[in-house]
Amino acid sequence: MPALLEASNLTLDVGARRVLENISLSVATGELHALLGANGAGKSSLAYALMGCAAYQSVGGRIVFDGEDITALPLHERARRGLTLAWQEPARFEGLSVADYLSIGGKAEPADCLRQVGLAAEDYLHRALDKTLSGGERKRIELAGVLALQPRLAILDEPTAGIDFLSQDEITRVIGALRKQGAVLLITHQEALAAGADRASQLCGGRIVSQGEPAAVIENFKARRCRRCDGKTCRG
Amino acid sequence: MADLEPLYQAFRQIGEDPGLILTPDTAHVVAYGHERLSQQSIPGVRVEAHADAKGVHARIVVEEDCIIAQPVHLCFGLFERFGVQNVDLDVLLEDNAQATFWSHCLFMFPDQARHAMDARIELSRDARLAYNEVHYHGLSGGIEVVPRARVKVGEGAHFRADFSLVQGLVGRLDVDYDVEVGADATAELTSKIYGHAADRIDLCERVHLNGAGARGLVKSRVAVEDEARARIVGATYGNAAGVRGHVDCLEIVRGNATASAVPEVKVTHPQAKVTHEAAIGAVDERQLEALMARGLAPEDAVDRIILGMLG
Repeated sequence: MPALLEASNLTLDVGARRVLENISLSVATGELHALLGANGAGKSSLAYALMGCAAYQSVGGRIVFDGEDITALPLHERARRGLTLAWQEPARFEGLSVADYLSIGGKAEPADCLRQVGLAAEDYLHRALDKTLSGGERKRIELAGVLALQPRLAILDEPTAGIDFLSQDEITRVIGALRKQGAVLLITHQEALAAGADRASQLCGGRIVSQGEPAAVIENFKARRCRRCDGKTCRG
Repeated sequence: MADLEPLYQAFRQIGEDPGLILTPDTAHVVAYGHERLSQQSIPGVRVEAHADAKGVHARIVVEEDCIIAQPVHLCFGLFERFGVQNVDLDVLLEDNAQATFWSHCLFMFPDQARHAMDARIELSRDARLAYNEVHYHGLSGGIEVVPRARVKVGEGAHFRADFSLVQGLVGRLDVDYDVEVGADATAELTSKIYGHAADRIDLCERVHLNGAGARGLVKSRVAVEDEARARIVGATYGNAAGVRGHVDCLEIVRGNATASAVPEVKVTHPQAKVTHEAAIGAVDERQLEALMARGLAPEDAVDRIILGMLG
């Protein structure tokens, strides 16, 4: 299947530090690609670089999305082409309601999207997207926001971190819904979630050290088999 | 009653429905320039107003134990491009009285105009007042607005003031509010201002927590762009046992605008606690990128964040 997203030899510096080096990975339409790695491995940095965040502009390599080179495109242009990100720590806003947020760029019905992440529309649509929401509530709303966009590729950055009661089944259903519309790049620490992927990559020190069948990549990750650090930093 | 059609037009211009505001059952004072256009008392609210060459003078008393369902309306402003309006206002809420005031200050086409307000507001024991002040200064920037208020919040009373100037140009704004809060009383001041072009904004709000158990919040939300300048002083003084105060200042700066925030906190009693937070600068990058990831262009995302903050 042709790749929907293809990153080739992506290299990224943040300040004076190299955080990604020669990253190559691809995600095909309908695919779930899991990205594993210890804290500081570069998973979120890769997500920001793919998304086009201002402070994460790659210094080398290129990103192709649906056959178009998007390496030089700003974040919102990438979003308009169907790429989006569920942030690990979503932003909060004064004066913006949950309904407002889900409606920005949204295609799907906000109430339905909230229901898919276990939130009742009548309790949440009118709520302010500010610090009156708990961290877990905000994370669920972020997932609902991604569902509302119906993206062609959703990057989910640790979607279950900080959510006490989002079960494996619930997140699997959300991922399933996103895969119906496009593809998912899933950043996770949870081996069980990664096990449901079509392919997986393991990052260590800003480099991909293992890529392929999820079972093999997870086994490498668990066993601390890493050609870069020999398991010293891979498991944090 | 005088011809209020120009006023009605002004309300419509800022998106308000005058039919919902100046109804026959609302207490109100309407004055443009140094002319009193209309006043009305209702049961529980005594309104006395007159105008002379020095300005407009109004006294409003909400009587003891009266809970006023309809908001009390104050409408001040100028229809002309040139002129001066001085307003001398006394507001008294007697014991256990409750009311909401809406003050509209409308200056539609000022080229060289000045509005000065000198207000004294007193809340007696257990009274509650929500005072909402909405300004519209037109699009020329040719106005100077100088509101002064001295507020006394009596024992167990609750005072909430919301000041908003987010449409049109500000011109020159120099706000000075001083609030004394008694025992177990509360004062909350919130100001939202959006400055553009060559606007100049000085906002100074002071809360003195003088009675045991008093509570105070001074919150300002200011955005400036182009060549606008803003200077915000939010001050809270903890002067009694068990008082709690907080100053919360957030300013967003765009273009060549500049802003400064001076949160001032002072405690003179060992059992008082006053905190402050101030953030000043460009739009928060995380908020901006979160909206851009939903397809909004950067300038639209910034507008959304600012209007949300000022909404």
